Amino acid sequence: MTHSLGENSATRTASPEGPTEAGGGVQTSSPAPRPRRGKRTDWRKTFEITVLSAPAIIVFLAFVIFPVFLAAYYGFFKWKGYGPPTEFVGIDNYLTIFQDTAFHEALLHNGYIVVLSLILQGPAAVALALLLNQKIRGRSIIRVLIFVPYVISEVIVGTGWSLMLQSAGAVNDLLEKLGLGFLAVDWLSDPKIALWSLMIIISWKYIGFAVILFLAGLQSIPEELSEAASIDGASYWQIQRTITLPLLGPTLRIWAFLSIIGSLQLFDLVYIIWGQYISATAGTSTMATYMVLNGRLAGNFGYGNAVAVVLFVISLVIALVYQRYVLRRDTEGALTEGKK
Amino acid sequence: MATLLEAPTKSSQTLRRAPKVAWGSPMTYVIAFLFVGICIAPVLYIIVGGFRTNAQITNSPSGLPSPWVIDNYVSVLVSDVFWRQVANSAVAGILTTVGVVALGLMVSFVLARYDFKLNGAMYSLFAAGLMFPMTVAITPLYILIRDLGLMNTVGGIVLPQIAFALPTTIIILVPFLRAIPKEIEEAASIDGASRIGFFFRMVVPLSLPGVITVGILAFVASWNSYMLPLFILNDELSYTLPLGVQAFASQYSVDTARVLAFTSLSMIPALIFFSLFERRIVGGLTGAVKG
Repeated sequence: MTHSLGENSATRTASPEGPTEAGGGVQTSSPAPRPRRGKRTDWRKTFEITVLSAPAIIVFLAFVIFPVFLAAYYGFFKWKGYGPPTEFVGIDNYLTIFQDTAFHEALLHNGYIVVLSLILQGPAAVALALLLNQKIRGRSIIRVLIFVPYVISEVIVGTGWSLMLQSAGAVNDLLEKLGLGFLAVDWLSDPKIALWSLMIIISWKYIGFAVILFLAGLQSIPEELSEAASIDGASYWQIQRTITLPLLGPTLRIWAFLSIIGSLQLFDLVYIIWGQYISATAGTSTMATYMVLNGRLAGNFGYGNAVAVVLFVISLVIALVYQRYVLRRDTEGALTEGKK
Repeated sequence: MATLLEAPTKSSQTLRRAPKVAWGSPMTYVIAFLFVGICIAPVLYIIVGGFRTNAQITNSPSGLPSPWVIDNYVSVLVSDVFWRQVANSAVAGILTTVGVVALGLMVSFVLARYDFKLNGAMYSLFAAGLMFPMTVAITPLYILIRDLGLMNTVGGIVLPQIAFALPTTIIILVPFLRAIPKEIEEAASIDGASRIGFFFRMVVPLSLPGVITVGILAFVASWNSYMLPLFILNDELSYTLPLGVQAFASQYSVDTARVLAFTSLSMIPALIFFSLFERRIVGGLTGAVKG
């Protein structure tokens, strides 16, 4: 049931003719029944709507939306976090952020992580999904196993990998046993290498999700298309290039969107592996670790909130630009579906 | 697909055999096997490493246990700390799941089956929540929770977790609830059931598959959650497992074997949950993503 839900929606977005209309189609397909009744039932309907939706709306506004506004407000103060903020400093916090080289570095690292995640995971995940989409034995067990890294927590991933990547850890030991000792390096503390180690860990953790997502996308592409093409004499690669990949487009674009947003917000893995202070010297600091280090840990809550605002605005602008120019055609889905 | 393409050339053989699942090319298996190996090797390293002694690990970091020792696992399993953190994580996970399902189902019902002016705006509001990951809100959220007096309490992590899980939940549940045929609702109405009666008697049971999916997603997310507990839970007695793993790893940093045992025990529940409900989790995630 759930599965078919995913596949249905995939077909919807993947349909070659007019994805826009297809996306909106579901919205209008089953309008809520609206029996004509009197004023009393109208009042009653309002009451039901209020009772049923108020708890969710209150919790959502209080803990998701309100904090963002709170951050915008606190960001204008120099504030140690206790009592009401009184020392209004205007945009000083923001000026400090944009002049701080540590923030520039963190921003740059986020940029690397965004780009490298797309480059390292995207093509590999597409190739693997194409491979696993064939009718091979043990496909279901393979699907379970490649998803394991995604399901275990960041803390476990971070702890495990940092033990393995220590200079006297399992990875270097294994390389030496394989006669590749010259490849053994200081994976975590060498600033030239650490970012790449982080990319290895990120790719390892999240590529399974990409593959599973692409597999779901591939399975929603009607087999008749490639069958027809193969009857017409198209080779396997021609079919993949001209039929499968274009039809997988919407899934690819959504995945890229999630990957970009996730890369911009990256915190857990870096903080767990490199700790509070080392990430900057190892060259793996991100905007989020910068925010925590200079905000809460330093006790400068006004400043931390200003960083949160910057992080939010950067993510929001990128998200909106991406939505506007890249996802325009296929996500009448997620974010705009409500607008009838 | 490769087999499909080969079919015309050697049709006589392939068609006659008509195997249920063709074997395909060996290269496919080699690559698939390598990929699976890469995916699970680090996990196996953690689990198997827990069966070694520190001396073994120091002498040969990438070796296998010889002999296998269970002391590390035993010492973790008999410690109060581990079980207290398991209990904390379980309570937070269960409360989050219950909250997400209850609030999510009610509001999704409204969004799916009531026609009113603000319906579209409400949906957009929640859908926009997908773009607010917790990282952005964590600093003000911490202040908010502190001012509410919820530091070091389970409520302090459960309430935000419910709030941040609502967007995905609603995006998964609304189509489920829309799919319930109008006729059922009309029939219920003729039989004298109110909208609310219809909700409890028909909607809740009929949307069970979707409810299970969002419930599992919420539970696993809560079980694995790190950043929020890191900010909210300072008292070691209130630590959930992820914080516990980290604290344990720094406290016993020289006792690598025990850290590995602790780490592998802490991932068991998520792995069990996942292997039981793999289809639902995957279906839910891919469905939610493509909205």
